[in-house]
Amino acid sequence: MKYIDEFRDGAVARQIAGAIGTEARRDRGYALMEFCGGHTHAISRYGIEDLLPEQVRMIHGPGCPVCVLPIGRVDNAIEIAKRPGVILCTYGDLLRVPGSGRNSLMKVKAQGADVRMVYSAADSLVVARENPDRQVVFFAIGFETTTPPTALVLRQARAMGLSNFSVFCNHVLTPAAIGAILDSPDVREAGTVALDGFIGPAHVSTVIGSRPYEHFAETYRKPVVIAGFEPLDVLQAILMLVRQLNDGRAEVENEFSRAVTRDGNRKAQEVMAEVFERRPSFEWRGLGALPDSALAIRPEFADWDAERLFEIETRSVPDVRACECGDILRGVKRPADCRLFGSVCTPENPMGSCMVSSEGACAAHWTYGRFRDAGPLT
Amino acid sequence: MTRERKGPALDFTNGRVDLSHGGGGRAMAQLVEDLFIASFDNDLLRQRNDQACLSVPAGRLVMTTDGYVISPMFFPGGDIGSLAVHGTINDVAMGGARPIALSASFILEEGLPLADLRRVVLSMAEASRVAGVPIVTGDTKVVEKGKGDGLFISTTGIGQVPEGVTISGDRARPGDAILISGTMGDHGVAVMSLRENLGFSTSLRSDSAALHTLVAEMVAAVPDIHCLRDPTRGGLASTLNELAEQSAVGMHLEETAIPVREEVRGACELLGLDPLYVANEGKLIAIVPGAEKERLLAVMRAHPLGMDSAIIGEVVEDPHHFVQMRTAFGGNRVVDWLAGEQLPRIC
Repeated sequence: MKYIDEFRDGAVARQIAGAIGTEARRDRGYALMEFCGGHTHAISRYGIEDLLPEQVRMIHGPGCPVCVLPIGRVDNAIEIAKRPGVILCTYGDLLRVPGSGRNSLMKVKAQGADVRMVYSAADSLVVARENPDRQVVFFAIGFETTTPPTALVLRQARAMGLSNFSVFCNHVLTPAAIGAILDSPDVREAGTVALDGFIGPAHVSTVIGSRPYEHFAETYRKPVVIAGFEPLDVLQAILMLVRQLNDGRAEVENEFSRAVTRDGNRKAQEVMAEVFERRPSFEWRGLGALPDSALAIRPEFADWDAERLFEIETRSVPDVRACECGDILRGVKRPADCRLFGSVCTPENPMGSCMVSSEGACAAHWTYGRFRDAGPLT
Repeated sequence: MTRERKGPALDFTNGRVDLSHGGGGRAMAQLVEDLFIASFDNDLLRQRNDQACLSVPAGRLVMTTDGYVISPMFFPGGDIGSLAVHGTINDVAMGGARPIALSASFILEEGLPLADLRRVVLSMAEASRVAGVPIVTGDTKVVEKGKGDGLFISTTGIGQVPEGVTISGDRARPGDAILISGTMGDHGVAVMSLRENLGFSTSLRSDSAALHTLVAEMVAAVPDIHCLRDPTRGGLASTLNELAEQSAVGMHLEETAIPVREEVRGACELLGLDPLYVANEGKLIAIVPGAEKERLLAVMRAHPLGMDSAIIGEVVEDPHHFVQMRTAFGGNRVVDWLAGEQLPRIC
């Protein structure tokens, strides 16, 4: 398959892995966080950790939008879906996310709520046009990658004067989360969590560009390499991080130059700025309330804002006791460190958010990597 | 002897199924007579009894049953009717057995166009004729509009197991080889391409096919085949996990050895699916002693339904019963059960 196979070539992988093995020093560790769930998935699915020397350790970051969505917002979506006359449209991943009392959109759907899986924000607009006598709500989540499409449908809905469509906005911002991890006491104080560098997001960076990461490289002295989601991209980025750390450099480098520029996609940024504004604070599952970390719909678009239309109030709901998602999302713990992992918490029956989406650290490790916990390969 | 007409002929152009077609009266008798018996036509059905009386050979019989609820009803490479014949023949054949006969039960939803029903029934009749496995008894029920989704079909099959053949999912042993009879994921992607909300098109056709002639040649050449199973719902990954669990073994696969069509890879890439979890309806997995693998592969490749057969891995000892795979990239990973539902109603 052209433009894909080139980035999954096993022979090239062995070359890069060979270089990492040669260049990574044995007298130090390299704790590298891949921020994005897309990278976490690629690392697990292609078995990239098998190609890395012992001293290079990957930490799975919080960049999985389903994983960081707080329980209170899932509860809100469930409440909206249960209202008479509502059709709630959302991405497939969200259907199984457990809210309070182990309720989920999948469960209320079985009880009769009209919840529909869509592949894009635009699909929900089609549902609204086809069902003029129903209120259609798009349950929007995601980082900067999925934000511009949501902005566009809001703009379209306003242009069309569509009165039966609204968006329940849960879009969040990547730089705020990276900042929160670097500022967390685990990382800053006493170095309880070693964190030497970041693999920067692929698709998010196509929108925001590489410039927003420069602050982290400069202020926190952590190298960042923006990488594509193909396995060779990831491996190449690891090599680039190892080289920066060996040289004592802390720079923003761009491995994904085929798609990412320093300034990103200006048009997408403009449409986002036109439709959304920053929330003063927003709760992230595992990270807590973070200032300036999420987007709300601007008052000009209030008629299409489900949060206002349905007078939504969000309660903060704590995780299931013993669930370690918070620590796992910050890289403090690994999936297998959680007592629930693989016993009561599995992809079929997720207790915590990291197990829900295939991009979550726990789901990826359970689905692709758990043989490593069972000892060496036979 | 001529039969009394039961009223005007069924309107296969504009007519629709109504509740009288399941009511036990003349309308039902007419539907059974003019559509089902006329299409499936065979000696046993013509006797018009509530059961078929079969003479069966001595030895062991297998029996299997399956429900078909696929949406949409018609798809490139088949329809719910041909699938209902192929699927059950395949379940019989996966016991190493020679299929003898099928039964068919239809749940029709009020309002179903008779033209669609006829198209499905003719397709079943053709699939049964080509396979040489008659549909010898059946049943029809009609449910009110909104209580079904057009048409559901259940078929049951029986077959005879040749002497010396003992095929079972619990017989995989360390050292056995794992073979598949062709490309993975064709059926699921072909069906998915028709879903209105996905909006992509493909030249791909479902691989729906009856595999009993392929199996007959396989068991004739290598009677000691340990396991046979068709990787339908859940795809190759879930089926191998079932076998690993049943046999209490592990498996090691080579990703590069598993044939997947370019179109299937492309569609899966686009939709974020893994071809190993996508359904097949005309492929089988065979597990045989390592020493027999090349001979079996040659027999499979010589059959038109097994031309792309491949040896994809081996059975190993593993107390965790993991199915593991060396990726094309060079790493290892678990190939797990399918979690939740990948695609709704594909068979």
